[in-house]
Amino acid sequence: MTQAAPVTKKKPVSKTTPKPMQNLEITDHQATVGKCFADNAKMTMRNVNVFYDDKQAIHDVSIDIAKNEVIAMIGPSGCGKSTFLRSLNRMNDTVDICRVEGQICMDGEDLYSPKLDVVELRARVGMVFQKPNPFPKSIYENVAYGPKIHGLADTRVDLDEIVENSLRKASLWEEVKERLHQAGTGLSGGQQQRLCIARAIAVSPEVILMDEPCSALDPIATARIEELIEELSQNFTIAIVTHSMQQAARVSHRTAYFHLGRLIEVNPTEQVFTMPEHQLTEAYITGRFG
Amino acid sequence: MSKMSFENHIMKQFDEELEEVRTRLMEMGGKVEQQLQNAVLAVTEADSALAELVIKEEKYVDEMEVDIDEACILIIARRQPAASDLRLVMMVTKAVNDLERIGDEAKKIANHAVMLAGESTSSQGYTEVRHMGKSVISMLNNALDAFARFDVEAAMRTIEEDKQIDLEYKTALRELATYMMEDPRSITRVINILWVVRSLERIGDHAKNLCEQIVFVVKGKDIRHQK
Repeated sequence: MTQAAPVTKKKPVSKTTPKPMQNLEITDHQATVGKCFADNAKMTMRNVNVFYDDKQAIHDVSIDIAKNEVIAMIGPSGCGKSTFLRSLNRMNDTVDICRVEGQICMDGEDLYSPKLDVVELRARVGMVFQKPNPFPKSIYENVAYGPKIHGLADTRVDLDEIVENSLRKASLWEEVKERLHQAGTGLSGGQQQRLCIARAIAVSPEVILMDEPCSALDPIATARIEELIEELSQNFTIAIVTHSMQQAARVSHRTAYFHLGRLIEVNPTEQVFTMPEHQLTEAYITGRFG
Repeated sequence: MSKMSFENHIMKQFDEELEEVRTRLMEMGGKVEQQLQNAVLAVTEADSALAELVIKEEKYVDEMEVDIDEACILIIARRQPAASDLRLVMMVTKAVNDLERIGDEAKKIANHAVMLAGESTSSQGYTEVRHMGKSVISMLNNALDAFARFDVEAAMRTIEEDKQIDLEYKTALRELATYMMEDPRSITRVINILWVVRSLERIGDHAKNLCEQIVFVVKGKDIRHQK
């Protein structure tokens, strides 16, 4: 594992009064415990609230994601972890009834500023989904599409190089180099997911968001993706939502636990899985509810 | 987190498995405690038959160690325990090791009891064994009690008892040395007693380890090797 990005322990900027962490009852989880903030933050989120119509899905979440860290977001179904992840590159904009409040910044720049170009944002903050979703085009075109529309390659040679590099970074090059012009949909599930990762990294994003990237894959394909996450963290900042706690334990530097739309605890992964600070985290990761 | 519960998993079978290793560890603790009591009694009462019994029954302690270790490995393989469950399983694997070593030391004491019973009827040195034996038996009992209740405070108090035992050990060594100087004919016999008190001192250390593991399970803090 690469070293986790140094994180500092500060009180979260919370509108609610933080409660002393030892005395929290199981029903009382207003304040986030642990190490939410980082000195070298790539993304900073402050007092984020997300609503679907009048239903509030995320309550007052404040957290930093450090440069080159892998942060895992875990929690029971419906806890808001995917909603939160999707608000980081404004994927929630596509949902009419969704409203995001609070501040979400990358390198100090407000991602919800009206001046911001959302298309450019999604190139900077890439996303990999639960089910592999390659375009119904060739393997080459799948990867080349992003760089083309963002004007990242001037010549065919440049484009070839980007495609090869991206496929190499996604550990797929050796398997597909002989059939770059065959359909991407003809690959196996694990290969398709790596193709989607290659597609995401082809536009040189700064952050990659992964929403349960392995849940449709077999254990071997999962292991490949996990190994890839470790390698990618050298160059990218990664936020991953996962239902597999073992996966969070294996790939991430910090783990954030969500419960009923609230961020309960953020701590170094090794601490979360051996000595979690909050009762709710303990109950969830030991399989007492989910 | 002071109140430990290893129940209420969604998988009820997991509750049962954890409860099972806990119960078996307590049973092993009870057996080891009995072995220690018998071994000390065999020395002070010069009862070689009781000593032979301790030597014979040591194999049950060994079997328990292997069984509990196996159960822990199965839990890790099947359930991938985390947090307090993980700490409990890790603690149990270490605790069975300490208990098995206590069993070994009890057997060593019993071996010396056989030799002592065959040598002479002098009771010189038995006071030291009786005195230290009482402290060590009480310490082991307290450690097992603290484990049964996951009582950190009791565990911390029991850790302190080890200092007293170390002190008693040093005092016993001095007295035994005096006996040897006073009457060189007693050297062989006193050396046997010296090995007995040495074993008792080691048992104190193992009981201390048990208590440190209790603190680890409950608090998640590793307090080993702290001054």
